[in-house]
Amino acid sequence: MTGDAWLAAAKADAARRQLHGLAPLLKALAAATRALRAAEWNQHAASRPQEPNQTHDVPDA
Amino acid sequence: MTSLTPDTPVHRLAAAIEATELSVRELVETALERIAGRDATLNAFTLVLHESARQAADSADDDIKAGRYRGPLHGIPISIKDLIDVAGVPTTAASHATGRSPAHADAPVVSRLRDAGAILIGKCNLHEFAFGTTGEDSAFGPTRHPLDVTRSPGGSSSGSTVSVADGMVSASVGTDTGGSIRIPAAACGLVGLKPTFGELPCDGIVPLAPSLDHVGPLTRCVADAQLMFAAMRGRTSVPKAKGITRRLGCPRPYFLDTLDTEVRVVFEQALERLRAAAWTVGASPIRHARDAATVCLHLVLSEAAAVHASSLDRQGDSYSAGVRLRLELGRYVLAEDYVRAQRGRTVLTAAVDDALADQDALVLPSLAIPASPLGADTVDIDGRPVSLRNVMLRLTQLFNATGHPAVSIPCGHTATGLPVGLQLVGRRGHTDQLLAVAAACETALTGD
Repeated sequence: MTGDAWLAAAKADAARRQLHGLAPLLKALAAATRALRAAEWNQHAASRPQEPNQTHDVPDA
Repeated sequence: MTSLTPDTPVHRLAAAIEATELSVRELVETALERIAGRDATLNAFTLVLHESARQAADSADDDIKAGRYRGPLHGIPISIKDLIDVAGVPTTAASHATGRSPAHADAPVVSRLRDAGAILIGKCNLHEFAFGTTGEDSAFGPTRHPLDVTRSPGGSSSGSTVSVADGMVSASVGTDTGGSIRIPAAACGLVGLKPTFGELPCDGIVPLAPSLDHVGPLTRCVADAQLMFAAMRGRTSVPKAKGITRRLGCPRPYFLDTLDTEVRVVFEQALERLRAAAWTVGASPIRHARDAATVCLHLVLSEAAAVHASSLDRQGDSYSAGVRLRLELGRYVLAEDYVRAQRGRTVLTAAVDDALADQDALVLPSLAIPASPLGADTVDIDGRPVSLRNVMLRLTQLFNATGHPAVSIPCGHTATGLPVGLQLVGRRGHTDQLLAVAAACETALTGD
């Protein structure tokens, strides 16, 4: 789904649910989602991300 | 008996209590008197546990007389954010959307503090469901800054912070999903610790975004944070620090781009004081830091919406308007974008790990602005209006996503006397070491 299509559908649904204050927040979220999708590390989203070391030393209680 | 009060550091109170120079009952009565005199103005508490606190104080005094001293938190008056279960009283989350049935049991962090001898004085106000940075949206009304009641103390752990900053209690417990311990700690001049993710159990705590939620202490000094953190982990003593190299890395790009002018000056002066105390402060940029806000936004919105979905459908009108809208917003995040954000979290975690290489800790401001006026939606930075919520989360939320431990310590004041916080970020799983570094930095900054 493109960002524009998502935003139009979300705004229409919010209006149907009478959540009128949501429109500006949806617009801001759309901008943030565009930035997320454009992030450098998402350009190769089909590849497996390299996991950071998950075996860090957590001292016992 | 002495005239020590709850605004005395815990380690000093502890010595007086153990030596029976200070009775716990006397200390608790002082705390209750302070609350009676101040809380009508500051609104830090949702519930004050007068009688149970007095009973616990008398038991604590009896235990000491009988030789059953439990350790440095024995008899210390503390408060608990009203998002955390305390047996026998409701957990309101500062919302009309929660029931008022009493919790059946203490959250594990609460029971551990009780086991260590702490006295629960009351439960504290917060931004509703911890989903906000100011403490203003609350079923109990806004909490006010103790130094200027026209300003917010920061949030969401607003009441917890004010209860300590104003000397009503000696320490408190807050939660932190995007900065909700460190932000108010910075705004009010306290020490606020977000441990490594998962180090302290969040059972018995109303979740906001479970993969970002942390619980931790708010205290007057780092030594007190070490005592509280040890007790919350179920330990009986603070572990000794290993070798500190006195090397700090400052991630300037992004984190120092958008700062209030006075905060910038105070922070840079703090770095100079650290250098003067033989600390090396080098450059440690964090790759992809500019993506932190959008990654965190998609994570927190999605997870908070999942937590609240059924309640929103049943009783959406019971939420405050701003919190309800942000929760509803999360229901529109697409699954594919949540997955992208999770990928971003992995990338950012590795980037913070890399920035920490060869450093004791990363050093950056905790909060880009001083305490903001109540009711503000924007603040002016470098002559342009900036979203208050965005700027308040800007320096803290990354470390919720990556799970690194982070602590805010006071580092100075603005010209009008408002506190400024300095944030130190350590290696995952090494919160004790981070606190040892923070204690050394605190000494350098205060000259004590």
